[in-house]
Amino acid sequence: MAADKSSPNSKHAVANADPGRKLETTISCPAIARRSLLRSLLLGVAAGTVPWSRSHAQAREKVLRVGMTLSDIPQTSGQATGGAEGIRFVCDTMYDSLVAWDLSHADRASSLIPGLASSWSVDPATKKVWTFKLRPGVIFHDGSAFDAHAVVWNLEKLQNPAAPQYDKRQAAQAGNYVTNIVRAEAVDDLTVNITTKNVDGTFVYAASSIYYSSPKHWESLGGDWSKFEKNPSGTGPWMFDKLVPRERLEMVRFAKYWDKSRVPKCDRLVLRPVPDSTTRVAALLSNQVDFIEAPPPDAVPQIRAAGMQLITNVYPHIWPYMLSYQPDSPFRDIRLRKAANLAIDRDAVVKLLRGLARPAKGLVVPTHPWFGKPTFDIKYDPDAARKLMADAGFGPTNKAKIKFLISSAGSGQMQPLPMNELIQQNFQDVGFDVTLETIDWEALRQHRQAGSQSPENRGVSGINYSWTIQDPIFALVGQTWHGAKRVAGYNWGGFADAHADELALRPLEEFDLNEQNKKLAELHAYLVDQAMWIFVVHDLNPRALSSKLTGFVEAQNWYQDLTPIDIKS
Amino acid sequence: MLLYVLRRALAVVPILFGVSVICFSLVHLGPGDAINAITPDNATPEVIAAIRKAYGFDRPLPIQYFDWLGLVLSGNLGTSILTGRSVAAEIVPAALHTSVLAVCAICVSLFAGLAMGMLAGFARQRWADRLVSSFAVLGVSVPHYWMGIVLVAVFSVKLGLLPAMGMGPATAISEFGLNDLKFIILPALTLSLIPTAIIARTTRATIAETRKNDFVQTLRSVGLGRRRIIWHVTKNAAPAILTVSGLQIAQLLGGSILVETVFAWPGTGYLLNTAITTRDLPLLQGTILVLATFFVLMNFIVDMLQPLCDPRIVRQ
Repeated sequence: MAADKSSPNSKHAVANADPGRKLETTISCPAIARRSLLRSLLLGVAAGTVPWSRSHAQAREKVLRVGMTLSDIPQTSGQATGGAEGIRFVCDTMYDSLVAWDLSHADRASSLIPGLASSWSVDPATKKVWTFKLRPGVIFHDGSAFDAHAVVWNLEKLQNPAAPQYDKRQAAQAGNYVTNIVRAEAVDDLTVNITTKNVDGTFVYAASSIYYSSPKHWESLGGDWSKFEKNPSGTGPWMFDKLVPRERLEMVRFAKYWDKSRVPKCDRLVLRPVPDSTTRVAALLSNQVDFIEAPPPDAVPQIRAAGMQLITNVYPHIWPYMLSYQPDSPFRDIRLRKAANLAIDRDAVVKLLRGLARPAKGLVVPTHPWFGKPTFDIKYDPDAARKLMADAGFGPTNKAKIKFLISSAGSGQMQPLPMNELIQQNFQDVGFDVTLETIDWEALRQHRQAGSQSPENRGVSGINYSWTIQDPIFALVGQTWHGAKRVAGYNWGGFADAHADELALRPLEEFDLNEQNKKLAELHAYLVDQAMWIFVVHDLNPRALSSKLTGFVEAQNWYQDLTPIDIKS
Repeated sequence: MLLYVLRRALAVVPILFGVSVICFSLVHLGPGDAINAITPDNATPEVIAAIRKAYGFDRPLPIQYFDWLGLVLSGNLGTSILTGRSVAAEIVPAALHTSVLAVCAICVSLFAGLAMGMLAGFARQRWADRLVSSFAVLGVSVPHYWMGIVLVAVFSVKLGLLPAMGMGPATAISEFGLNDLKFIILPALTLSLIPTAIIARTTRATIAETRKNDFVQTLRSVGLGRRRIIWHVTKNAAPAILTVSGLQIAQLLGGSILVETVFAWPGTGYLLNTAITTRDLPLLQGTILVLATFFVLMNFIVDMLQPLCDPRIVRQ
């Protein structure tokens, strides 16, 4: 491959010349290990000092060290594993998508902006052919050009099992986003047409989650994705440098990044998987990392006392109970759904979480463009809840029996056990007899994918499953589709409402994003009025940063931009 | 002796077969689907079926087992679902990282455990005995991950003397130098807590028991000095101590999920934790198999060493 001559780090070019070398260094024979250790000991003793530390060589570099919650480095070849955190730290650092999120503001919900595509339009006749005009002058880290052929090649990588570049591991991660694509064709070097199966005005959201790997680099590695995984090349602001499985992923600044305003301020980014939250906090407080994800609420006073920055913001996350609408579910009665929503003392939940949450008024926060004007005000009103329960024929001596599946931990689940126990007490107080069944997170995920109608969910009235509200289909539209139209994994409870179906169709036929937001707001308001779920709290996306970091803007988004972060000397 | 060795070696074969059956069955009996971790949220039943087929999980379990066993016997432990890397390539560096940590913990455990146990055993009912016994009870009672967190809070956060996590700048164990030893101190101390207590307790009890034997009185009556008597008592107590120490060493070399996760030490315990939380079945069953095989072999080695201390074992 053509090494990027402009790279600030010559090691990268050397690494690229020998694909896979970095990873192989992690596997060595015990004899070598013993010899090295012995040699170090002898040298250290003989010199009366310890061997020279590598960190001295990096002292002049500005190195941003991040402690992730993941236990391993996500897949690096394009479509990352590891959910939103994988996308945040691998896709949005080393790769780009045609449509991007504007992550430069903390005071309003993030919106979509041009990414690798400078503009897009939809064929007014069919409403199914999307034309993306690509940004000129964009190059991959290996120096090859990003163009329309690379877009088509990458979509085939995800969709066409007969294509040589098809990668089942990346395809599995991108299944959500490419499902509506029929075909893609390069009109010219900087124009690509993507045809969808169905009319879908929200397709741009899917386009923001498809990332582009370098075809030329893949070819130079013998067409082997496992080699590409060890030495990837995208167009993002950070460029791969080193990967040690389960230990760290290191990237360096890509000086030739197309968006000059997003060329990283730091020279190097080091991502460390640290799944234990206490360890992450200890690593931050002992200066082993500079930036940690999801510090536990209990550590908040300690972080603040140490002079570290605790940054929070709302983002498209909801911690709800998804409700069952099966014939045996008490929640088919809207009075019980509303009563459950009024029974929860959300301020107590927020207090339990030391302020790292916000009481929910719906699926999204009231300042979000999709909130709309619901008439049902979600608040703590146990008297009103008791009245609704009494109207439905339930009371202290005749409690409504409900059963929730919950998890002991999991992505976005916050502190599920104490939160559920607190809410269980709230429910008991207004006339519910609540059974909580705790299962493993992956098992809960499987229960959700199966839907409430499946035999494994028989007798379950709801599942406590945190949800992403970032994409209209994922967040709202998919929650209304049901029966044969149900998207697997969405609308767990089988919520079926003709008016909601009608409202859900409108944003799909709207291609102006502002107008689409208004239609999504109408749908959201209706879903809140129907008390479709029990809405509890929104996570505040806490992050703790060293006091020496500046420039980080926590966007109201699952993804974040690390490029503006600088380190005070 | 040869017959003894052969008999023990032959016993290892069915045990290993049993181990393979159990670890394959256990991971498939657990909740969650094998392909759950890589299945998109909105995957249709057709997509799920296609993924299941692509990874070979659509076949009956016995066929999957024998295919896996065939691979294992040829030295191939399969491929991780989540990372696409060879399971063997995942386990080898992790095992090396764990070995380094375990060797340090073993050194601490053996030295401290034997020293404390002998001191208590030869000084029964005195303050040293009471102190060691109290430590032993504390050592086996305190959860070691909790002790790890306490050590980190004191030595990393409060005093800033030692790092809280990871194995330093080394990207592989071959690069692990003297300067990186500071990364190993806290996890090794934490890991050595339980084995130290167990070895100390066993040594104390065995020494005290051996001292009650008639031969000790005989040795005294023939005029042997204190040092010679301590030597004979220790030699007679050695097989029991060796058995317990061997098991503790094996356990340490097997890695600790909790300690390695608390210290983000990329060893086999950490690998197992990753495999469990991500439902990476090939990685999980490969790691369990390697660790279980290691335990069986360690027991075999201890069985071989015991006759060297006590030749009566072979005759029995």
